[in-house]
Amino acid sequence: MELAFTPEHEQFRRDVRSWIQGALPPDLKAKAEVDANFDMAESMRWHKILHQKGWVAPQWPSEYGGPGLDATRRFILTEELELAGTPPLSPFGLSMVGPLLMQFGSPAQKQRYLPKILAGEEVWCQGYSEPNAGSDLASLRTTAVKNGSGKYVVDGQKTWTTYAQYADWIFCLVRTDPSTAPGPGGKGKKQEGISFLLIDLKTPGVEVKPMLTLGGTPAFCETFFTGAEVPAENLVGPEGGGWTLAKALLGHERTLIAAVGQSRRVVRRLKRIAGAQVGADGRKLIEDPRVRSRIAGLEIKLRGLQMANYRSLAGAQLGKAPGPESSILKLRGSEILQQAFELAMDIMGPDSLTWFNEPGVVAPFEEWVPSAFCYTRATTIYGGSNEIQKNVIAKYILGLPAR
Amino acid sequence: MNFDLSSDQKLLVDTATSFAKKSSPVSRARKLRSDPLGFEPKMWKQMAELGWLGLCVPEADGGFGARFIDLALVLEQLGTTLVPEPILATCVLGGTALARAGSAEQRGRWLAPLAAGELHAALAWAERGGRYDPAGCAARAEKSAGGHRISGEKVWVQGGHAAQLFLVTARTAGRPGEASGVSLFAIDRDAPGVEVQPVETMDGRRAAMVRLGGVEVGADRMLGGEGTAAALVEDVLDAGAAAACAESSGMAQAVLAMTVDYLKTREQFGVKIGTFQTLQHRAVEMFVETELCRSHAIEASLRIDEGGADERRQAVSAAMVQLATGGRGVVRTAIQLHGGIGCTDEHDVGLYFKRMQALGALLGDEDHHLARFAALSQPPGEPL
Repeated sequence: MELAFTPEHEQFRRDVRSWIQGALPPDLKAKAEVDANFDMAESMRWHKILHQKGWVAPQWPSEYGGPGLDATRRFILTEELELAGTPPLSPFGLSMVGPLLMQFGSPAQKQRYLPKILAGEEVWCQGYSEPNAGSDLASLRTTAVKNGSGKYVVDGQKTWTTYAQYADWIFCLVRTDPSTAPGPGGKGKKQEGISFLLIDLKTPGVEVKPMLTLGGTPAFCETFFTGAEVPAENLVGPEGGGWTLAKALLGHERTLIAAVGQSRRVVRRLKRIAGAQVGADGRKLIEDPRVRSRIAGLEIKLRGLQMANYRSLAGAQLGKAPGPESSILKLRGSEILQQAFELAMDIMGPDSLTWFNEPGVVAPFEEWVPSAFCYTRATTIYGGSNEIQKNVIAKYILGLPAR
Repeated sequence: MNFDLSSDQKLLVDTATSFAKKSSPVSRARKLRSDPLGFEPKMWKQMAELGWLGLCVPEADGGFGARFIDLALVLEQLGTTLVPEPILATCVLGGTALARAGSAEQRGRWLAPLAAGELHAALAWAERGGRYDPAGCAARAEKSAGGHRISGEKVWVQGGHAAQLFLVTARTAGRPGEASGVSLFAIDRDAPGVEVQPVETMDGRRAAMVRLGGVEVGADRMLGGEGTAAALVEDVLDAGAAAACAESSGMAQAVLAMTVDYLKTREQFGVKIGTFQTLQHRAVEMFVETELCRSHAIEASLRIDEGGADERRQAVSAAMVQLATGGRGVVRTAIQLHGGIGCTDEHDVGLYFKRMQALGALLGDEDHHLARFAALSQPPGEPL
């Protein structure tokens, strides 16, 4: 057993760190310094800089243009980007549909889509949830039925299609066999009629409507399909095999979903706030034992999560399947990120009332806290709500019986 | 970074696992609750033969010179069935104090017999009013003709009821609360003026209250530098706390398994109660906290002999906070999920519940470790 990273991995960490300092443009660095929110254009600028360096897709194998790093280097690279507060990259192409195409796509599909994802020339979004298919995703009703000319005609509505307003493509779960739709007259298992389809958002009959999130930012969207015609070659995997693909996606790189680096940045930020806010007794809040104790409690939770993450990572480095410790990462990681923002709000006190005001109303590093606090309510919901995560752990890890 | 077991570690863990299962099931811990010694000398001998007692004793002093994590892995397995032999008291607290502070002569005199299972040495540091700070020591050591004359009272001395040797903190200078001025002395149980009152603890184990009324010790009985023992004892208690966390990690795993098993067999309303989502989610919370206990315990144990003092203290305090919150949460939820039977003395879950409670009270509670962690926490503005 060894706690330390190898000297080679430590050297890689230093290299990444110094490269980021040199490569991050000054205006983005200034925003990172105060943890301001980045817009999509800024994220894409950073995407292209990372792409030039060859680091935009740490998880991708070299045959697809990835850097071919081992599991620990992939982790270090991602963690250093998080710790430096660089603009977050859209995960839908790089982390979701890209790896899925590598696993299930045809050679033509790989060649058509992967290089453009890598270069940031095409931006993707995800079409999974529907108004009546959230946690019960397999109940989805958007249909894709072949017409006389062999094209799929798509009808229905997708929701929480995050950043669809900036995207060029959407990957969708659609029902190619409408007879499997749940409800009266539904035949067979509802999972079996689902297929995985790639849809160009410029297709006639596709309409994207952005929605504001609780954080006051336009992240979510609803996407409507009305007789949208999609070429049959856009089907990934076999017709009716979409559910298998959807499940495979959940297994990718669990060490990255704990968001430890992100939470560590929030902890650093809330300490900075506690060092600036003054209590009624004239002391800085960071000197108040009660506040210190609350911060320490959060740091301890984060440390445990980080250690669980390291255990998972060390297993991945040795090429092992994720152990039981991996399954807690999303659950606890999302809770801790929320708790970090909750504590940051408490430490801001009356200043936590601020909402997109002019500079100077609150300190620059406080400005985005209320918005981020509100937005992070989503972390325990997206990617499978924490209650669903618990159902999965109860069933597959603890082996508890189903009703 | 690597958390796989080496082949030596695998062998240790396999041996400890089979010992816990075959030679010391929970029923044994239950039976020994009413025994005045609380453990069995023949088992202690067996543990010496297995090499566990001398695992962390330096090779030059008759031990194996292994890393602390190796002993922690053994303790984790012994925790699964609440094995009652006092490895934590004798080997981790007593043994570490002797190994760290003893001169070559002192180590030779006491560590080899300790590793061989022939000597129990108990660390007597806690006092009424001192809470968890070794600098709270008020016992006095006055200079005398032959060395020192020691007076004071030590409480809840782990393994004290069985010890032949006490490692006692006493002030050669300063006042309670001051870090300097505390010294460490080795005192024989049968020395004139030593009064040992065996006591029971809430987890069914034994300890002792030790009163020292002008006990005369020779100059060869001081361990380590005069006045420097508070820091030393804090280090030794870190090893004790890491051991407690390892033990509690094994306990949490056992209690989780026991509870999941109960959920799969107990029926109410005509179905297995494990089909109820409310109970499933509580069991998952137990699972999450168990994994976190294990993660914290591994880090704490690795840091006992790796890296700097601040990192070690933070890791140990973090693990103790996890024991006090998550670990205790696991055993408390386990009782709730067992229902009425979990509240009886006859069900094993209560034994784990009590032991988890006692471990936190022994080696520092949540407030103590939160404050210690917070004091070492990075100030605002430090790079990540």
